[in-house]
Amino acid sequence: MNTRVIGERIKRSEDPRLLAGKGVYVDDIHLLGMAHGAVLRSPHAKARILGIDTSRALALPGVLAVITAADLGHANSPMPLLFLDRGFIFPRTHRALAIDQVRFHGEAIAFVVAESRYIAEDALELIDVAYQTSQAAVDLVEASRSGAPLVHDDTDSNIACRTVTEYGDLASAFANASFVLREELRPERGCAQPMETRGAVADFDARTGKLTLWDSTQAPIPTRGILAEKLQMAEADITVIAPDVGGGFGVKIMLLYAEEVLVPFAARLLKRPVKWIEDRHEHFIGSNHERLMVHDVEVAVMDDGRITALKDVFLYDSGAYCPYGPVNAECCQGILPGPYKIPNIYTEYVAVYTNTPIVSPYRGAGQPHAVFVMETIMNRIATRLELDVAEVRRRNLVTPADCPWNAGVVFQGNSPLIHRDCDYPAQFHLLLDSLGYQAFREQQAKARANGIYKGVGLAFYVEGTGIASYEGVEVCVEPTGFVRVTTGYPSQGQGHATTISQIVAEELGVDMSNIVFQQGNSDQFAWGGATFASRGTVIGGTAAVRATRKVRERALAMASDMLEVSPIDLEIVSGVVRVKGVHQMCTDLKTLSLAAAMPGLETGDEPGLRATGFFRPVGGTFSSGVHAMIVDVDLGTGVVTIDRHVVVHDCGLMINPTIVEGQIFGGTAQGIGGAHYEKLWFSPTGELLTTGFADYIMPTAMEIPFIEIHHLDRASSLNPLGVKGVGEGGAIPVPAAFAGAVEDALAPLGVSISAVPLTAPMILEHIRKAQKKLVGQTA
Amino acid sequence: MLHDTFIVSTKINERVVTATVEARVSLSDFIRHEAGLTGTHVGCEHGFCGSCTVLMDGEPVRACLLFAVQAEGRSVETVESLGTEEKLHPLQTAFWEHHGLQCGFCTPGILMTLRAYLEAKPDPSADEIREALAGNLCRCTGYQQMIKATEAAAKTLRENNGGAAA
Repeated sequence: MNTRVIGERIKRSEDPRLLAGKGVYVDDIHLLGMAHGAVLRSPHAKARILGIDTSRALALPGVLAVITAADLGHANSPMPLLFLDRGFIFPRTHRALAIDQVRFHGEAIAFVVAESRYIAEDALELIDVAYQTSQAAVDLVEASRSGAPLVHDDTDSNIACRTVTEYGDLASAFANASFVLREELRPERGCAQPMETRGAVADFDARTGKLTLWDSTQAPIPTRGILAEKLQMAEADITVIAPDVGGGFGVKIMLLYAEEVLVPFAARLLKRPVKWIEDRHEHFIGSNHERLMVHDVEVAVMDDGRITALKDVFLYDSGAYCPYGPVNAECCQGILPGPYKIPNIYTEYVAVYTNTPIVSPYRGAGQPHAVFVMETIMNRIATRLELDVAEVRRRNLVTPADCPWNAGVVFQGNSPLIHRDCDYPAQFHLLLDSLGYQAFREQQAKARANGIYKGVGLAFYVEGTGIASYEGVEVCVEPTGFVRVTTGYPSQGQGHATTISQIVAEELGVDMSNIVFQQGNSDQFAWGGATFASRGTVIGGTAAVRATRKVRERALAMASDMLEVSPIDLEIVSGVVRVKGVHQMCTDLKTLSLAAAMPGLETGDEPGLRATGFFRPVGGTFSSGVHAMIVDVDLGTGVVTIDRHVVVHDCGLMINPTIVEGQIFGGTAQGIGGAHYEKLWFSPTGELLTTGFADYIMPTAMEIPFIEIHHLDRASSLNPLGVKGVGEGGAIPVPAAFAGAVEDALAPLGVSISAVPLTAPMILEHIRKAQKKLVGQTA
Repeated sequence: MLHDTFIVSTKINERVVTATVEARVSLSDFIRHEAGLTGTHVGCEHGFCGSCTVLMDGEPVRACLLFAVQAEGRSVETVESLGTEEKLHPLQTAFWEHHGLQCGFCTPGILMTLRAYLEAKPDPSADEIREALAGNLCRCTGYQQMIKATEAAAKTLRENNGGAAA
């Protein structure tokens, strides 16, 4: 028997190199004769460009080129629309460089290439652009109205898309309801902020006509395809490599960002390698944002607290262009009911253009919004019925006996939300038990008597994961005996090198130390989607299983011929293929690999002990879980201390529990940032005001509490590994849990929370308003 | 003034690096481009994220906030001075064992911050470690496993030092 590798807490194989400072991030790539780029960005949210004069910049010694829209030709054609939506009214995608008009603060206008980055940035100041500014559409609600300033002048409104999904019989459910609740709920704008900004290095070899792009991206293979179209080159002549990437969280897939065209374009033009590294200020204005929506939600409720119908009409801020389609809105409606049994659901999302940076998925992609909506509604029902918030949730949960339960909504990638392989009541029981929920309620009452405001927030989530399209993995036993495992999708810190190798090691029967894992290089593996939607292990892992099983089968067939025993009597342990119980009758994978590369052995037409596996799921998987936060709110300052944060989650079977926990810790911390600290603020004229870490406050080790994790795994029946995906779940329920906890803490004041994030000053404002109201009532 | 060039000579990890640089060149660029040590990462260039933290004469500093000329004649230590992949420093080992890193971009700055901190404070509590880390942003880990790693590293370092003294 092999020792188990899957499910073990194996130390990550990528770490020693990263710890020793030997990581190779895109800024660490240095090529001979390399020039450096800098991007001129619009300082205005909306303006007509009357003229661009680059002569002073070009005259600066050391400047090699100043590229504007006029120079780009076909490379400046509109970027592809990545996701179609049946409700599209008018999709508009961006171009590499703005032509005639700028539509958000940060939009790229020109690209300077110079001998050093210092000179390139000096040259930016010497480009003279004449702007004629006009009124921008900044506020989402105002932008959605008729008569609002138009983001795109050739249309008559800013509504990009309106999509309705209806399931069940809303009218009769509302007619028969004991009562109806209606709320306006608003998750505000935030952004991912990986510690490494974006960046790119391009090298065009004029001798061979080959272009290589090193790109801090989550999607090297799609990037190659779109770049080939923009530069009118064959994909075969382009290599895109995602080297070590310093965090992604969604923001590093855009397909394409301006610079992913500009840097290779300039390298080909100048016949010199060109590097561009985004600075942090640029990352705020030049990379995508997320999160802002305004939900108008109505629920039909019975007097026992059960929801019988849900209607949610919501505005979705798309930013100035819509290259991703309204995908966050689609994801939001796709998990909207969460784990709750709601037989009648109507959703309508309205994607709206505004003169703000483009919006695309950030960890959770619309799902934190859905959870905030549902969980706030649960709290409102509890208040209305004077029921405990836990009890209201319990009464609405889908139970294992209901499964498979079709929730009536469809997640991204044509993935209907069907509850299966899950046990929400058991999750809830484990959570409340671990938390000591009843004991906390007693402590809370005592604390309140002493003027201490503690509260608990509960938030369930269901996370759409593992969606289409496909990924592939090649497994090859080299004649050296090393096992080469190659895939197209890249890592941004998730530890694929370890988890995928664990899968191969166990399935094939080799040691982890014999596996050489490579990923994210379009020349090494030319097919694949990208790293997003918590799909790496679900899709890539399943592809790895398929490839490895083919290799194993072939190895056993060859060994069976060689040893003259039936394949079923063979086992592979540490790369040795041996007869079960007669271990001296053996060969090894290295020998078989050599034989497979030689003529004479009957191994079919294809040489090598290797195979490729692909996995293209029909629909996706769904992870789930529930978080509880206990907070202490200081009435004088609005400052919140998180006393406890407990997580129960089900991501299916775990390949490496340590890595799973890392994803949950990190996601939860990012969720806390989005719940209590991080908000992007715009001026009324649309300039982004939060453009650095002094303004956009991300949590440090001081702000993140100790997070308790409890695993309650139910194997997925949808893939051979039983996995469901874990990348985003940590972040998704946190804003809802936090808002619920703050609201609960301030219940004696009657505070009602309808927006996240909730910064300390915002909480203080709630407290003061409530206190004023209370004083008014007693007076 | 900013374009004036200076010859800067700085000891970086036991090697004296000498280069002619403009006054405005940052220490982080000097370390990365002139010394060729790319383990020091630049995350924000305005002193907030701590990714570029190195030790100058033993004290943690933000390499992005210093000019290279300010390091003239000084001694700088970067992550490359800690341990190699084959022979990791106890801090690096502990970060590996406790999954104290994910993308690894902020890690070098955090290791250098902690290296100086644990020398001054060999037996910190978890809360003290949180405070010591408060100048370093990490977007992947949520810090928890980093704090556990630091406690473990502190223990190993104390034992090693105790062993040496005995």
